[in-house]
Amino acid sequence: MSEKKTNRRDFLFTTTYAVGAVGVGATIWPMIDQMNPDASVKALASTEVDVSAVNPGKTITVLWRGKPVFIRRRTQDEIAEARSVKLEDLKHPEKDEDRAANPEWLVMLGVCTHLGCVPLDQKGEYNGWFCPCHGSHYDISGRIRKGPAPTNMEIPKYEFVNANTIKIG
Amino acid sequence: MSDHEYTPKSKFGKWFNDRLPLLTLANHLTDYPTPKNLNYWWTFGGILTFCLITQIVTGLVLAMHYIAHADMAFDSVEHIMRDVNYGWLIRYIHANGASMFFLAVYIHIFRSLFYGSYKAPREIIWIIGIIIYLLMMAAAFLGYVLPWGQMSFWGATVITNLFSAIPLVGEGIVTWLWGGYSVDNPTLTRFFTLHYLIPFLILGLVVLHIWALHVPGNNNPVGIDIKKPSKDTVPFHPYIVIKDGFALLMFMIVFAFFVFYTPNILGHADNYIEANPLVTPAHIVPEWYLLPFYAILRSVPDKLLGVVAMLSAILILAALPWLDTSKIRSAVFRPLYRQFYWILVADVLILGYVGAMPAEGLYLLVARVATAYYFLHFLVILPVLGWKEKTLPIPLSITEPILGGSPNLATAKNKESLNK
Repeated sequence: MSEKKTNRRDFLFTTTYAVGAVGVGATIWPMIDQMNPDASVKALASTEVDVSAVNPGKTITVLWRGKPVFIRRRTQDEIAEARSVKLEDLKHPEKDEDRAANPEWLVMLGVCTHLGCVPLDQKGEYNGWFCPCHGSHYDISGRIRKGPAPTNMEIPKYEFVNANTIKIG
Repeated sequence: MSDHEYTPKSKFGKWFNDRLPLLTLANHLTDYPTPKNLNYWWTFGGILTFCLITQIVTGLVLAMHYIAHADMAFDSVEHIMRDVNYGWLIRYIHANGASMFFLAVYIHIFRSLFYGSYKAPREIIWIIGIIIYLLMMAAAFLGYVLPWGQMSFWGATVITNLFSAIPLVGEGIVTWLWGGYSVDNPTLTRFFTLHYLIPFLILGLVVLHIWALHVPGNNNPVGIDIKKPSKDTVPFHPYIVIKDGFALLMFMIVFAFFVFYTPNILGHADNYIEANPLVTPAHIVPEWYLLPFYAILRSVPDKLLGVVAMLSAILILAALPWLDTSKIRSAVFRPLYRQFYWILVADVLILGYVGAMPAEGLYLLVARVATAYYFLHFLVILPVLGWKEKTLPIPLSITEPILGGSPNLATAKNKESLNK
């Protein structure tokens, strides 16, 4: 075995490979990133909803970023039920207080966290939502109670612009 | 490539062949020595080639009229059905052609399982075949999204959401696949592009599949190595060409029955309702050919593990040449394997049935048992069987049991080593 010595040629190989790798990466990245949401999709990222016509015990569904958002005006009974659940009974423990800052209004993404179907209103074993695709049951706070979904239905970022208008996103 | 030198007869043929040996290739394909005992289960390779070409030709024509846009795709498909000359026929051939393609590929795969065609020296043929099968499933899924009906939209949503099960990067991958925050126009246009691309990838792999096949030559129902060419072989043309042709005609009768008499029986009525992101159909089911894997997905109560189980169920096939430890290829000489083979066939059919049913009660229980058995077959039964099973004596050549002659020396030697 001859002793290995770093010479000019090894240095040239290494720098050539390094520059080549950066070049290939810089060329491939635009090809990959072009598939991410474009500027026009991102521009539609917020929406305002007038909720003055929603009566207690009713849910409206609005489209935000191409996904349904459930806005439910909950009755006093439903609020009491949602707040009485013990955290130990939950697969994904979250307090109702944290999910609905204003207890009367539950605003959440109407997307099942299993594989993305739209759950049905006032169905299932917990008087909340039921996903027809693979049988996930959600309670009146949109928390997963039974079935394959791993987490509660997501609460989007939203705020009350005034008493009757919710801005989502 | 060829077993003997070939010289074209004409002067021009020789001149051309010296520069591009296409005539040598044609001669190889014509004379290609084929085991003379191939049965009709061996005709599905040719049938599958026909299916691929049918899908490419009809798909090309459909793409001339289809519009890949979320607002127009559904209407453009109806336009094809109602306005385009023979559009209904071309679309029905393409839609049912996908089902026929899978019907043929399942027969082709189960033929390999029965006769041990995946074993040495044919592992590469088998693995290329599994890649083709994966690409077929991708193409079928992408194509099903294009009409932009309710099943298209929600099928796309559910399947792309499988990637969200990947820890950490899952959600990012799904957004990247969609090109937005839900399945929408950007998703449709890229799915159309990829649906157009995949058949040509498959075509390339089919060439490799056949090339790899022509190195060791065909397996056969007896599953022994044979000498080529010999009394055990016949030339591909005209013997196999005629046999494949006859089987293809029979297959086309079945194909035509679906196209002309029940063109929608294999589809879902929900897909004639335009995609609506606010309403999920009551019962989402994939196309029939994906049902066994769908049943495996649903039988696992955990999201990530369900996806892992489903993918493993397909990928485990690629490891089959090493999981099956038996040296005997054909199930004809493996009395125990033969029984387990039919149990596996039944198991897959049961998985397909429960995959179409709601995932609850007895159906869920059956799906779980059948899923467990599926993996048991490949991971436990096959490796153990190779050691424990007492196989029947294999003949020394294809002609030996009938004519008592021309034993193949390689087989005889192999047999001696097996008897030790």
